[in-house]
Amino acid sequence: MNPAFQGLLTIIIGVGGCVGYFYFSNQILDKVLFPPRGKNAGRNINRANAIRPWLFMGPAILALGLYLAYPVVETLRLSLTDRDQGGAFVGGANYAQMFQDDKFWEAVRNNFLWLLIVPAASTAFGLLAAQLTDRIRWGNIAKSLIFMPMAISFVGAAVIFKLIYDARPEDVQQIGILNAVYLQLGGESPVTWLTVPFWNNLFLMVVLIWIQTGFAMVILSAALRGIPEETVEAAIVDGANPFQIFFKIKMPQISGTIVVVWTTITIVVLKVFDIVFAMTNGQWETQVLANYMYDKMFRANDWGVGSASAMIIMLMVTPILVWNVYNARKEMR
Amino acid sequence: MDNIAGKKSGLTWAVHISVAALVLLWIFPTLGLLISSFRTTDQIRTSGWWAALFPAVQNETLRTADPDDFRVGRDGYFVLEGNLYVVDGAVETPDDVVADVSVWGTSSREIDAYLPGETADLGDGETMTVQSNGDYIWTGNDEQLSGRGQRVFVTAESPPEFTLRNYQSVLFDPGNREGMSKAFFNTLTVTIPATIIPILIAAFAAYALAWMDFPGRALLVAAVVALLVVPLQLALIPLLSLHNDIGIGKGYLGVWLAHTGFGLPLAIYLLRNYMVGLPRDIIESAKVDGATDFQIFTKIVLPLSFPALASFAIFQFLWTWNDLLVAMVFLIDSSGETTVMTRQIVELLGTRGGDWEILATSAFVSIAVPLIVFFSMQRYLVRGLLAGSVK
Repeated sequence: MNPAFQGLLTIIIGVGGCVGYFYFSNQILDKVLFPPRGKNAGRNINRANAIRPWLFMGPAILALGLYLAYPVVETLRLSLTDRDQGGAFVGGANYAQMFQDDKFWEAVRNNFLWLLIVPAASTAFGLLAAQLTDRIRWGNIAKSLIFMPMAISFVGAAVIFKLIYDARPEDVQQIGILNAVYLQLGGESPVTWLTVPFWNNLFLMVVLIWIQTGFAMVILSAALRGIPEETVEAAIVDGANPFQIFFKIKMPQISGTIVVVWTTITIVVLKVFDIVFAMTNGQWETQVLANYMYDKMFRANDWGVGSASAMIIMLMVTPILVWNVYNARKEMR
Repeated sequence: MDNIAGKKSGLTWAVHISVAALVLLWIFPTLGLLISSFRTTDQIRTSGWWAALFPAVQNETLRTADPDDFRVGRDGYFVLEGNLYVVDGAVETPDDVVADVSVWGTSSREIDAYLPGETADLGDGETMTVQSNGDYIWTGNDEQLSGRGQRVFVTAESPPEFTLRNYQSVLFDPGNREGMSKAFFNTLTVTIPATIIPILIAAFAAYALAWMDFPGRALLVAAVVALLVVPLQLALIPLLSLHNDIGIGKGYLGVWLAHTGFGLPLAIYLLRNYMVGLPRDIIESAKVDGATDFQIFTKIVLPLSFPALASFAIFQFLWTWNDLLVAMVFLIDSSGETTVMTRQIVELLGTRGGDWEILATSAFVSIAVPLIVFFSMQRYLVRGLLAGSVK
């Protein structure tokens, strides 16, 4: 069967099933179970209205529970059991084994590096871009171009940057721009950038910074526009220079937004997988937790240690989770 | 506010220049890949993509046609005429030649001995003339014009040259087992339901959370906010075993369900925030007129929420199209029949690491669709981002 046709058919079945559920479940509720007529019309309407929210939310609750809440519990259980012993409870043995693995500590160290550098650099570049583009007429085009990497997949970005970092033997023309520039500036021989321990982490981070800067810029630019003009004007009247206006007047007023941007990028960083997987696969000391976990689960088939490392990622996300829920509840009141 | 006192005009220039530098820095990487995908294998191997924009000077060793087959007798000596590039097979007819010969020679020690149009004396009356487009006339006696064709060393400048051949072989060549056409359709098959299903489910749930009264509503909203940041890495093993246990295994159904589950928190969150802001009067007057919740939802709330639906649709589309991890775990089995583009590219990175014409083209095929969506619907994307993170 033609793949296009096959795809179309599966699409129709998948989406059709979903539309069908909502339409028919409401029909059944209103027409068959509790029809708003006969001698119980009033009571039936009330009953139907009590059930309907759950009908509306049913699939969502089911999907959320099954695909996000249940796995948290199940992963915790898996991390405390051993699959080879038929799922016997082994307590902290998986964690102990993981803590003895050098690769794990390498991943933790690199993850912390990523956490330190990527959100800071993305937010800083984003703030710079937002502040600069807001002042010029072609700013929207500039923004749009800086924002563009957001649409590019991590894998696509990995290919893009592999071309940049490409190294060829010394006697032929370099086709990776980084080596070409490096040799122009007096470098002795081409460097295979992705295999230089420690620094290669930075070369991988550049990819994510490149992608996330646009996001930071868009949000911070909206926040900058929301600053009341009187505050800036008052500062100008008082003789503040542009740098003072930016750091002393504008920055404090958008600090809340900066925190939001920072935490959002932090979450992205904690889950970063594709970039490392596609570019180095954790070799040359570039391992990160998400890729370590994938390695353990699907290459080594060690579900215990894999789940344990997934729980470490969960643990690192938890403060942000609690903070978000706290803020959301405060807002609802 | 920027035109009032305290502003230095010198600084405006600095702003323009730094923005230009920033933009260039940001589009430069993508531009490199785009240009590389239009170059031939030889071009990519011999020069960096940035050189493609300028005319390239190349030294080539070409050969005339075989004298034994093509020479023409004329008054006791022989003449062989033709075009070096046609003989080489680079072009079909002399009119197609794009190269511009600047110097040439017949000995490897003196490749720049003659200018185009000059006649080289090869001794004993044997002569050779080469024009700037590669046309040559070779004359000599029976003995001189025999055996293999004469070697000619040319230095030619060719204008920037781009080809669509890479795209043709990656997309439309059915014999190419590494082609992207199948992966492209597989990606589409994953993406479209994985975008529409969560929107449908989330829209109903968001309506209930925004406009229906029932016990536990606040708790559910908090739960959605909490699940927003749960890393999907946790879900891989538990759900894969679940899928295997209930018989879904690896396949489209599994990957749709997974994407639906992972996309729902953001969808519900975005849509609920938007729907809460809809005017209460409209919904209440519809209720007074006897409309059911289902009717209010489909006839009033859904059309009014179009901007929020569109922004989530773009997010989910970009996310599912660009996803690698979920597809690898829930979809792609050992047969590789259902591989998606991101997976195919990672595989090519492994097997064809140095073949940039294939890599660049394949990557660009997968990047092109999100870029089109991005540039055509940027307004909604920005609106969604702002609704999702700034309050």
